[in-house]
Formats: sequence, C-alpha cells, structure tokens
Amino acid sequence: MVAMTQDAAAGQAPDPALVAAFDAAVAADERVEPRDWMPAEYRASLVRQMAQHAHSEIIGMQPEANWITRAPSLRRKAILMAKVQDEAGHGLYLYSAAETLGTSRDELLDKLHAGKQKYSSIFNYPTLTWADVGAIGWLVDGAAITNQVPLCRCSYGPYARAMVRICKEESFHQRQGYELLLALSQGTEAQHAMAQDAVDRWWWPSLMMFGPPDDESAHSAQSMAWRIKRHSNDELRQRFVDIAVPQAEALGLTLPDPDLKWNEERGHHDFGTIDWSEFWEVLKGNGPCNEQRIGQRRRAHEEGAWVRDAAAEYARKHGEAKA
Amino acid sequence: MTTTVDKAAALALGDDALVLAQRLGEWAGHAPVLEEEVALANIALDLLGQARVLLSLAGDEDELAFLREEREFRNLQLVEQANGDFAHTIARQLYFSVYQQLLYGELAAGDGPFAPLAAKAVKETAYHRDHAEQWTLRLGDGTDESRRRVQAGLAALWKFTGEMFRPVEGLDLDAEAMAALEARWLAAVTAVVEKAGLTLPEGPRTGAWTAGAGRQGLHTEPFGRMLAEMQHLHRSHPGASW
Ligand SMILES: [Fe+2]
Ligand SMILES: [Fe+2]
Repeated sequence: MVAMTQDAAAGQAPDPALVAAFDAAVAADERVEPRDWMPAEYRASLVRQMAQHAHSEIIGMQPEANWITRAPSLRRKAILMAKVQDEAGHGLYLYSAAETLGTSRDELLDKLHAGKQKYSSIFNYPTLTWADVGAIGWLVDGAAITNQVPLCRCSYGPYARAMVRICKEESFHQRQGYELLLALSQGTEAQHAMAQDAVDRWWWPSLMMFGPPDDESAHSAQSMAWRIKRHSNDELRQRFVDIAVPQAEALGLTLPDPDLKWNEERGHHDFGTIDWSEFWEVLKGNGPCNEQRIGQRRRAHEEGAWVRDAAAEYARKHGEAKA
Repeated sequence: MTTTVDKAAALALGDDALVLAQRLGEWAGHAPVLEEEVALANIALDLLGQARVLLSLAGDEDELAFLREEREFRNLQLVEQANGDFAHTIARQLYFSVYQQLLYGELAAGDGPFAPLAAKAVKETAYHRDHAEQWTLRLGDGTDESRRRVQAGLAALWKFTGEMFRPVEGLDLDAEAMAALEARWLAAVTAVVEKAGLTLPEGPRTGAWTAGAGRQGLHTEPFGRMLAEMQHLHRSHPGASW
C-alpha cells in the first residue's frame, strides 16, 4: 500500500493518485494497514462497523452473564464463565483494532453510552431460562460466525486479524451451545420443553441479525466495494438457514416456521417472511431489554469511574503507562 | 506418605474455592473496566477449577455444590461476604489470596494427598495474589476516594481473617503450623497495606461468630441467598442431567 504522506482528514480533495492506488490495492485483495493512506469515508465506515461490533461483544455479555450464578452444574458454570470472558476479550481486541484508526476506546464507549452508536439488536432480547444460554450459543454465535468468517478477509488488516482470533472462539461457543441444547433436548420432558421454547423465541431474532433485506440495507453497496463486507445480508441469512436446519433436526427440535422447506430447484431452504416491523422497533429502542442493557452498561461505567481514576492517578504518580 | 484424602479437608478447601468463584462470577458484566472483566473471570475460573477437583475428592461435585444445605458448607465466612464495591472485593481478594497461596505452598511442599493439587493451584494463586496486591497499591495510592474505599473494605472484612488460621480438619497442619502461617500472612498483608499508604485495621480478627465458625457450618446471612440463587435451577429438576 501507499504510505500516508499527508493528512487525508484535512478536508481538501485527496490526491487522485492516492485514491487510485487505494482502490487498486483493495480490488486486488491487498490489506490496508493503519499507516496506509485511506479515504476518510472508508475510515469512518470502518470505525462505525468495528465500534458496533465491539459494543455488541460487551453488551452481549449481559444476557449470558445473567445465568452464570444459576448454572445447573459446575461444568456448565465453568463453560459459561469462560464464554462470557471470551466476549470481553473480543471487545478488547476490537476496541484495540479501532484504536489503530485513531479512535480511542473511551471515545467509543462514550458514544455507546450516549446512544450515538449501536450494538447488535439481538442482545435486546431477554434470557428467560437456562435453555436460552444454549440457544444463544447455537443460533446467535452461529449467526455471528456466518457473518464474521468473511470478515477474516476484510480489507482492513487489524480488523481481519482480530476476526481470525474471534471466529475461532465463536465456533467453540456455537458448539458448546449446541451441546447444551442437545443435553436438554434428550433430557427430561421439562428440559426438552425448555429447549424448544428457547429455540422458538430465538430463531426469528437470529435471522434478523443479518440485517435488513438487501434492497433496504443502507451501507451495503459501498462496504462491498471496499471489501469491508463480502456477501449480502440475504446471502448470509440463507447460508445460516441452510446450516441450521439439519442441526435442528439432529437436536430433535423444531424451528418455528411452517414455511421452512427444502427447495430442490434453488438448492436452498425456503423460509417464511421475517417480521421486519419487530426488527425496526427493537432497533429504535423498543425491544424488551434495550433500556436494561444500556442502563447496566452505563451504571457499570459510572460506578467504575473512581476505579479508573485511581488507576490513572496511580500511574501518573509512578510514571507508568495508563493501567 | 498419606495417600487417602481426608474428605472433610477436601470439602473445606473446595467450598472456599467454590463460594469465592460464585461471588466473583457476580461481577460479570459489572466490572469497572473491560480488563477487569477478563481478570476477575480468570480468577473465578481458576477457583472453580480447584473447587471441582476438591469436591470430586469428597464425592459428586454437583451433589455437593447444589444439594447441600447452608449448614453443611465448610467454607470460611470471608469468602461468602457480598462483593460490595470494587475496593471491597479487592480487600477480600487480598486477604484470601495471600492466605490461599501460603496454605497451598505448605501443602505443595509436603507429601500429603493434597500436594499435587496444591502444586498446580499455587501457580494460580500467585497470580490472584499479584492481582489483589497491585490493585491494593493502585487504590491505596490513587485518589482520596479510592483510598477511603479500600481502607473501608479492609476494615469491614478484618474480623473474618482470624478464622483462616484455625487448623483445618484433615490437613496435616497443626495449630503450631497454622500459627506460623498466620505470622507470614500478617507480615505479607502488612507490607502491602503499608506500601499502599493504608493502615492495617485495628480490632479483633475474630468474634464470637467468626472464630472458626464457617468451618463448622455456621455462616452469615448473605450466604443463604447466595446459595438459593446458585442451587435453585439444579434443585428444580431432581435427577436431571445437564
Ligand atoms: Fe464474541
Ligand atoms: Fe461468542
């Protein structure tokens, strides 16, 4: 890539030679690195996407952490604790990757807390029973993997590398969730019913995780050209459905969609119509847990302010880097 | 060389680890900074791992964790105390991790049945102790508010620290050995507290209710609620496997 020779954010039109070199490099699937020149819109778009992704990791800790203290066996408690910890780690990698673009974690957290940046709407649904922990692992981590595996080849180097690490862990989470549900499905009648209920509640919101249909998706076309995104929302959603259907069968659970069936001609499963009004409502803030999730996040941040201040003050006194 | 594990000792040590892991697990999603989400979970996972090994030496880990009543638990009262604020949690971590590291160090050096387990655990507890010490320094020598809070945490938990040095039934550490451990604990804690610019709390380190009581199955009120939360799901499905 071309080294950055001038500040592209200065406002004047960028040197056409730089733009041409950038476009060619991206088209040739070369990686853009932090010191390379990049268009201001590319940088802004990446920051937006990485921030939303990082926020999703840390908000996503909440619905599952809700069950850590109640996990029904010590083995499951250990698995769940480790999973929630992984999500915190994912948040850390992603905030660090965003920092390479000149945006600090503090800045991004402030935007999250102020409602100026979003996180995945899926985490605005509640975890009502233990089986929800399994449904999240199987379906939500499963959908996340489908979305994120292509990001391992994203044009921006630090993001792509963070995603390689994250995807490995997400696939553990997915398998653990599946295995949890399998134990319930094959367990007592009450356990089986708990598993089915969880799948009934999480299936449609999981399909919504891929975002609105292609013709309504605001940022898709540009992101595809920039190789920040490689497949359309609908393509990824279809891929996820095709993977999930046989897994549901193996679990002995049904998916709550009477229109779900194999289409020989297309070589894919057809599925019913998604209730997009629900998606837009949750996105607007009217989901079952929007206020609870952001409220807990803000509270943890506010109540932790004195701890962070103390660490910063200690570091200043002792000439350390910030803790 | 003793080869049979004393079940009472396995329960006492296992319950300490289990109950503290449960308390630390309550921090998930509430920590003051993302790095501490990771660190507190690390410590909780280490402790949970220790608990599982120890409880399995005494019987079925899940039966022991989920089906015993409050009065059957043998953990120290210190570890069952509520998290409080971050400084309170750090004070609890400091007191306990120094104790656990010294105790496991002794057990690892011996040739008793707990030596292999202790040898592994002592590496983990070294990290727990370092984490607690570093935060005690940061909070003690940070801002006025952090100093006030950590001092309050140290004071509030002080009365639970004497119990740690009662001989544990089934361990090869007699009263004399425990007294020696106590002297080392006090020296280590004093050193950190003073380096942090804090003062060692005054007053007794045991009371009528805390002198070895947790090890006898006598606990404090917050413990019952903690267990109710921990056990309810398991108990709601008798005989189910998970
Ligand atoms: Fe994640
Ligand atoms: Fe995950």
